[in-house]
Amino acid sequence: MDVSQYLSVFLDEAKEHLQSLNDNIMTLEQDPENEDCINEIFRSAHSMKGMAGTMGYTRMQNLTHDMEDVFSDVRAGKIKIKSEMIDILLQCLDAIQGYVDNITENQDEGTEEHQNIIKALGDIRNGTLGGSGDAAPAADSAPSDAPAQDVAEPGSDPASDYRAIRLDSSARSTLEEAKNQGKNVYGITVHIMESCILKAARGFLVFKGLEDVGEIVVSEPNTQDIEDEKFDFSFSLVLISDEPKEKIEEIVKSVSEVEGCDIGDFDINGAKGTDDKEEASSEPSPAAAPSASSPAPAAVNTPAPAPAAGGAKKPVGKPVVNRTVRVDIEKLDVLMNLVSELIIAKNSLISAANSSGVSNGNVNEQIEYLESVTTNLHESVMKVRMVPIESVLQKFPRMIRDLNKTLGKKMELTMTGEDTEMDRTVVDEIGDPLMHLIRNSADHGIEPAAVRAERGKPEVGQIFLHAFQDGNSVVIEVGDDGNGIDAEAVKNKAIEKGVVSAEQAALLTDKQCVELLFHPGFSTAKQVSEISGRGVGLDVVKSKVESLSGEVSVKTKLGEGSTWVIRLPLTLAIIQALMVIVGEEKYAIPLDSIQSIEDVSPADLKLVENREVINLRGSVTPIVRLNEVLDTASTKAPEDDMVVVIARKGDQQVGLVIDDLMGQQEIVIKPLGKYTNKCKLISGATILGDGEIALILDTNSIF
Amino acid sequence: MNELRETTDVGELIQYIVIKIDDEFYGINIKFIDNIVRMQQITRVPKVDDFLKGVINIRGEIVPVMSIRMKMGLEEDVITDKSRIIILKTEAGDLVGIIVDQVNQVLTLDSKNIEKVRYDDKKGKANATFVSGVGHYDGGLVSILDLDAVVSEKEVKEKTSNAS
Repeated sequence: MDVSQYLSVFLDEAKEHLQSLNDNIMTLEQDPENEDCINEIFRSAHSMKGMAGTMGYTRMQNLTHDMEDVFSDVRAGKIKIKSEMIDILLQCLDAIQGYVDNITENQDEGTEEHQNIIKALGDIRNGTLGGSGDAAPAADSAPSDAPAQDVAEPGSDPASDYRAIRLDSSARSTLEEAKNQGKNVYGITVHIMESCILKAARGFLVFKGLEDVGEIVVSEPNTQDIEDEKFDFSFSLVLISDEPKEKIEEIVKSVSEVEGCDIGDFDINGAKGTDDKEEASSEPSPAAAPSASSPAPAAVNTPAPAPAAGGAKKPVGKPVVNRTVRVDIEKLDVLMNLVSELIIAKNSLISAANSSGVSNGNVNEQIEYLESVTTNLHESVMKVRMVPIESVLQKFPRMIRDLNKTLGKKMELTMTGEDTEMDRTVVDEIGDPLMHLIRNSADHGIEPAAVRAERGKPEVGQIFLHAFQDGNSVVIEVGDDGNGIDAEAVKNKAIEKGVVSAEQAALLTDKQCVELLFHPGFSTAKQVSEISGRGVGLDVVKSKVESLSGEVSVKTKLGEGSTWVIRLPLTLAIIQALMVIVGEEKYAIPLDSIQSIEDVSPADLKLVENREVINLRGSVTPIVRLNEVLDTASTKAPEDDMVVVIARKGDQQVGLVIDDLMGQQEIVIKPLGKYTNKCKLISGATILGDGEIALILDTNSIF
Repeated sequence: MNELRETTDVGELIQYIVIKIDDEFYGINIKFIDNIVRMQQITRVPKVDDFLKGVINIRGEIVPVMSIRMKMGLEEDVITDKSRIIILKTEAGDLVGIIVDQVNQVLTLDSKNIEKVRYDDKKGKANATFVSGVGHYDGGLVSILDLDAVVSEKEVKEKTSNAS
């Protein structure tokens, strides 16, 4: 079977499962008894095994199979989760991730068997892991004194033994009523041949045949799961019928590929309820196999949910299924481009209407309507492209856990705002810079335990990541309560590395010193460690963020910690901009970066340190004459009042002197392309209504 | 058989657009040409190399335009109504415009009629850096432009060294 067409679905799902496994195993480490987690892990491992098998990735299948086995034992209570196990499980996930990566690259899972992990998983099951004395006794070697629940016996899986079927109150009353009416209540377990390909179809036929002679009250797994093939090779059901047992058996066996069936009278009173767990755990279940008659004392400690964890039990923490469509991101890009073209066309229409003089009330009204439609369309398309930043952040808790071990430091990661949404392209790109900053905090920020104790800080270092939306941009703060940045050390290092000369360095403020960290090839790590300092530094973070039209800055206090602040635009393609004229040329200034527009008389200009400044409502604001920066001649006479656009960057502001204002406009950002991107002042270009090009000023580069 | 021999005799036939820069004629392989447009308003981009005249709008795409004259170290373009912008498509798929004084004709040249220019010949002549070969045809000679050199971001060495 050619499965390549399913490859992308397989990869998407595999990634989701891996993430869910990662999350759940992490949770499990904190809370080893968490039933939901264990079940979720089991389900994920099971699905991955199935998927890998279908796609023909046998090595991945083997590994996930062994993992599933371990969790099957955990669910049954044979094994308890311990921290060594978590390590192995995480290694196992890494191995699976390796397979997935290989498959992503060349559709082949590779040849790595990961025998060591498979063996370790086996050791977990045999209880020999780590050889520690309190290892869970192997379930199959000493069943009598095992803390395992009797329900670990195969007979207790409701899918493979009808006696273990649980009844809810309505099913129970239906059955009791039927019994009172003198009808037969049968429990049936159907075994399908392992060679069967269309299990669901066989199941369906069995159901159909039985429904002709009676009423199926309960089935394990439920009908939907059977139709979806979510069962192994057997399923059980409870049937109310007038027919004798033999007739029923005949019906079931008449369906081909049915290996056999167990059929018997169903004991309503003996069946466990789904809602009375206490009862189920405190008394040995009558439905269980005979060997279960002496409940081990430990059984009380492993409370009810264990028996409830039948293979096909309805998933507990299953996320609510949204009605969604998977769309190739490229299709969205095309859509976004079309919207961009539409907005350019709309702008052309406006300027054509204005210049040809046809603009009467009706035309204007229609154009305004068109404008609001295109703006809404743009917003909707943008929203479609927005994804929560969560997908990037998910891997960080795991990373911090690993760093805890490799660095021998104790630290904790807290994250907020995972649901903050950003353009998909930005989210895809921002992962590495964030990872770098977090590693940086872990490696350089958080002090060793001894130093922390000396400084009176809590033993566990805190690393935090806060994401939130601020106007038209998204802010991500990454920080720690560690050492902070030593401006002097940075300065000395910079001089040593020849980034600045000693004379230059002497003039730098502490803040400027710290900013030197962003200089290419700068790493303050005293020794190159595995964690950071592998040649890429903060300059990479900076250039990456800047390539996304964002900015990064740092706040730090020596001895108390530092915070890196990344500010990114919500969208990259279409923005609101103020159109201005400088000299003879038109420029666009992104509206986000504009604080206000002021009319300034030349008489108000002051000189401070040879720079022109104005006193703007109490704050001294430097003035930049854009015509000088852009190498063009101003059309205004020196004595005329100046139009000053006040732009801000973080808490700084600067006044940009322009010649004239054209007004606000929605513009489509187009890349300037090769050759012309050397100009830091210009972040892109846009096409105006008349086909003319206006350059977009990057006000951040002026500061 | 006859046909086959003929093609081997003739070699590969390549079409060139013949353009005029200063007093010389140059051929550009037609497969690199995306479009030829009339002179239009070029939006200046500040703080870039001199030879970059700015950007133009080609079907909604922003395309940089360079002056090949300035790249070759010749004097500034004089824009006439014969001036054209030739939009080249590089192998990477980027569009780049070059300003030429005139577009003359389309010429079909046999690859065996093109002489490769040896390195020695390039010495001493500034614009030779941009020439990959010389084609012979009925009317005379045409220099074949080396487009990699034309669209590279470097200026002619001689000129840079003079300037610095």
